[in-house]
Amino acid sequence: MGSAVRNANAELRTHRTAVKTLADAGETGLWRQSMTPSHAILSVEGVCKSYGALRAVDGVTFQVAPGEIVGLLGPNGAGKTTTINMILGVLAPTAGRIEIEGIDLAVQRSRALGKTNFAAVYAPLPGNLTVEQNLRVFGLLYGVARLSERIDELLAAYDLERFRKTKAGVLSSGEQTRLSLAKAMLNRPRLLLLDEPTASIDPSSARDIRAGIADFVEAGHCGVLWTSHNMVEVEAVCDRVLFLSRGKILLEGDPKTLPREHGAASLDDLFVQVAHESIREGAEAK
Amino acid sequence: MTGSRVAAIVLRQIYLMRGSPQRVLPIFAWVAVDILLWGFITRYLNAVGRPGFNFVPALLGAVLLWDFLTRVMQGVTMAFFEDVWSRNFLNFFATPLRISEYLAGLVATGVATSLVALVVMLALAWAAFGLSFAGYGLALAPFLMVLFLTGIALGITGASIVLRLGPASEWLIWPIPTLVSPFVGVFYPVTILPEWMRWVSAVLPPTYVFEGLRAVVAGKPAPWDRLVIGLGLAIAFVVLACAAFAAVYRYAIRTGLIARYSAETVS
Repeated sequence: MGSAVRNANAELRTHRTAVKTLADAGETGLWRQSMTPSHAILSVEGVCKSYGALRAVDGVTFQVAPGEIVGLLGPNGAGKTTTINMILGVLAPTAGRIEIEGIDLAVQRSRALGKTNFAAVYAPLPGNLTVEQNLRVFGLLYGVARLSERIDELLAAYDLERFRKTKAGVLSSGEQTRLSLAKAMLNRPRLLLLDEPTASIDPSSARDIRAGIADFVEAGHCGVLWTSHNMVEVEAVCDRVLFLSRGKILLEGDPKTLPREHGAASLDDLFVQVAHESIREGAEAK
Repeated sequence: MTGSRVAAIVLRQIYLMRGSPQRVLPIFAWVAVDILLWGFITRYLNAVGRPGFNFVPALLGAVLLWDFLTRVMQGVTMAFFEDVWSRNFLNFFATPLRISEYLAGLVATGVATSLVALVVMLALAWAAFGLSFAGYGLALAPFLMVLFLTGIALGITGASIVLRLGPASEWLIWPIPTLVSPFVGVFYPVTILPEWMRWVSAVLPPTYVFEGLRAVVAGKPAPWDRLVIGLGLAIAFVVLACAAFAAVYRYAIRTGLIARYSAETVS
């Protein structure tokens, strides 16, 4: 399947840019610091979300650069999904500003969302439509050009050709996840939001899918915001991670060096530390 | 408004109906039963009633037009409920889809299904009971337009209620036409209603349609001036219903209802 994924994205491969070169040279941190919101694919500035007295997200600021995969990590209830929902325009921030390729989501919602797409385990596609029908409906919603061709490419890339006429509801959870990913790639998004994208997928397929997304990011020069509880996956895929805890960004950095910088043996250990800290702070706050 | 996005909403409904006879059958099955039931009642009333008065156009015609309004409303709400049942709001509203495009898609679906129902009703009423609207020609169009717009307004209002209160409030939607029918004088002139009910009747667009229909059946000229009032009210109802849906949608975006809707956590 991995080769098929790469074939599907072959037309985009000519765009590999200085981002990778800078990343290889360890200069991405410097480059990102100088990155202004207008250069970022995603710019989240001081975003808050309150439900009464509860602050689910509290002044979160970050950016996703072209060609970058950013991991959004944190324990359950940290505010990851709330943040993603705000970026998807299905939840209005209480304060702050979200821009996708410089387009203010609050002002030009439709235009901004046309540049994004997402896949999330908690948002399966309608089970009463077939795989092909789902892709066609969402392709029209995203205004995908040469839609039939694009559907054929994605069915091949995500090993879904044999399920073309199968209703999505009867697919296994892994197959449904692949369908969600195919949907997420329909419009060749500039910003891809992935919430546990390889959950329910076997390790071999998950590796191929990670490779496919990494290829797409490099070649298409898009940015990805990726949440996962699989720290091995995060370390393998993400250029940078943000640790959210109780609605705030607690840590930020390279997933390969961040654990050492904070005295943890691995990203997994660092995650546990952050989670425990979050629980302790929560208990103290009460 | 982008045509492809409206088409996507309509296409989804076409796909669902194509693969599901149980979705297609109700479009015309219940209206056919209604026409048969009321057709035989009118035939019986003609047999026992006073000579010279024909119950067929008065009662069966009224049933046919009322069923048309109900079908328009149900066409809109059913299309909306498909998204409720398949827990699809997050997927749809995280796309570039605008609320106006979504509503246009629901309305287009309602138009298509109600036209099918109308054709079936007209054919059955004519074939089985000799009721023909052909003689009225285009004069019938304003009557149908008022009912059509009212059905759309009721359908969008129903969708707003379910979006705001959650899937469990679906049962509140189906009786809406039944609740409205005593006020609009489907089977009797509104003059027999108590005064407070007549005040309600005056603001409901279908009242003017059924008043007009009774006048035409009685051989009087169609009261076009009254029908214009009904048309104006119907347009106002549609505008208000769209505004209500947009307000509920904004509330849902502010509170996170859209994102959480699939979990039926609506309080």
